[in-house]
Amino acid sequence: MAETNRPRKPPAGKPAPKPGKGPARAYDGPPDYRVVGRHGVYPETSHDEIARFNFLAQMNRHLSANLMPGVAEAFEARVRPAYERENGRPFADRHDVRRALTRDPVWQWWSLLRRATMETRQQAGRWVTLRQAEALNEKVRALTEDDARLVLDPAFRQPRSTEAIDHHCMPGSYHTEITPGDVTGPANYDAGIFATTGGMLGRFNDGGGVAVAEWVRRNLPDFKPKRILDIGCGLGHNVVPIAAAFPDAEIIAVDAGAPMLRYGLARAKSMGINNITFVQADVADLSRFGNESFDWIQSTMFLHETSYRTMPLIFAETNRLLRPGGIVLHVEQPQYTPEMPLFEQAMRDWDAFYNNEPFWTKLHEVDLDDWMARSGFARQTILHGGVAAIVDPEVFPEAARDTRQEDYGRKAAWHVIGAWKAA
Amino acid sequence: MTGKPDPLLLAGAKAKGKRPWFLDEPDIERVMNITLALMQEVSVLRERLDTVERLLERGGKVTKSAIEGFSPSREEAAERGAWTQEYIARVLRILQQDREAIASAGEASSEQVAEEFARPA
Ligand SMILES: C[S@@+](CC[C@H](N)C(=O)[O-])C[C@H]1O[C@@H](n2cnc3c(N)ncnc32)[C@H](O)[C@@H]1O
Repeated sequence: MAETNRPRKPPAGKPAPKPGKGPARAYDGPPDYRVVGRHGVYPETSHDEIARFNFLAQMNRHLSANLMPGVAEAFEARVRPAYERENGRPFADRHDVRRALTRDPVWQWWSLLRRATMETRQQAGRWVTLRQAEALNEKVRALTEDDARLVLDPAFRQPRSTEAIDHHCMPGSYHTEITPGDVTGPANYDAGIFATTGGMLGRFNDGGGVAVAEWVRRNLPDFKPKRILDIGCGLGHNVVPIAAAFPDAEIIAVDAGAPMLRYGLARAKSMGINNITFVQADVADLSRFGNESFDWIQSTMFLHETSYRTMPLIFAETNRLLRPGGIVLHVEQPQYTPEMPLFEQAMRDWDAFYNNEPFWTKLHEVDLDDWMARSGFARQTILHGGVAAIVDPEVFPEAARDTRQEDYGRKAAWHVIGAWKAA
Repeated sequence: MTGKPDPLLLAGAKAKGKRPWFLDEPDIERVMNITLALMQEVSVLRERLDTVERLLERGGKVTKSAIEGFSPSREEAAERGAWTQEYIARVLRILQQDREAIASAGEASSEQVAEEFARPA
């Protein structure tokens, strides 16, 4: 059939679409940054700074939706066949797969852009917060000074696991203070995460915590926790919704980074959440808290930033601190099981090797049930579950629909591994 | 450090931990990092221009504070988002084509086709 410019007759009852009107393709991308939830200590963002975050959210989307699938295609079409030809055997493990991938141009370009996008996002967010450092630090000081719910330890020394490397390429990581009382680190983390995730964690980047609270409410309807401990709380993204869901509970949130805790308390207060105390400590030694003094111990996206040396100490502490009948829940990305294809394992390892998350690869290869059991949790009390970020469907129709889009290790869906303390 | 910390210097600071490079030629990667930053700034300029146009369409004054205070409706945000998607797809076209080429590894080159066409019947 010849191509024609002649307008066709519209079907009866439907007006003809005006030429040039309406989008050429339906928009399915991230929302504008301006829908982000702003609390009382959220950094100010100028028009152009917002535009930078908008670009970065779109870049991350392009990387995961349009470029990353090419890595899987190159893997099947040429990386795997070439490896098998050269070695006369299939891949032995995920490291074999990853090393083979590093020689493929599609992997290389996807990776270099992913790394560059992360570094660019850090620069964008750091500029936003550092240019207004004095005002931000002052706001947080005014909200937290002399508040008994902020317990800092001036003699605290960072454990090796938080100090060795700047996690996810965030300069200064969670603990560095550029000036005394500095909170620009957490403010940058807070302002940028919405761009990195394309808003998939919700307006307040708390979709994980909202989902955990909902999971507990649904699966344990009779559980009425009075005292809750959040370990590795960060700036409190995911403990705030738990505190909101259990307003009668007392929440203790522990982290190694003083700036996170300062900012966390100010943020929580400004959101009307007043039942959280933020404590600076190494969660491998929580001797300041008495035996059996908590009903629920929670960690969210925390275990992958610990180490084999500290993990048994942390598990043993959770066991000691739980009341009989209490529960511990760790929310993490899924473990690498034998059923998980080696390609998927290698892709999930990307952040470990190329985004400064070194322990990620080590955590995900162990049998966590075994580690929990060795720390004193009875086998039959260990539980597994799954949660996906719960977000406002008005703002994030796509996230709420849970598209099948995979972003190896960065998807807003997690596994829960936990245990009951035998009553 | 003496005096006030310089936000610009600190914003671009390197994260602790040896940086991985992905290409055999780090210089190409350096150029690509610079290109990405420029891509970002073009996107910023375009969003600002779009804001100005929409303010004009609304019939209001186009002042710096009007630009700072502008907030797109959901439809407007979708239009702006779609533009950014198109823009990224255009700039990174060659990577799309690299991906498409995976499936057609055995494709003949023009040179080969020319030889083929020159073969007698
Ligand atoms: C990826 S962040 C997760 C933050 C938070 N749970 C969330 O969901 O947003 C990990 C946090 O764990 C903290 N952390 C790591 N090791 C720690 C330790 N041994 N003791 C206390 N905090 C630790 C870090 O300072 C960091 O804030």
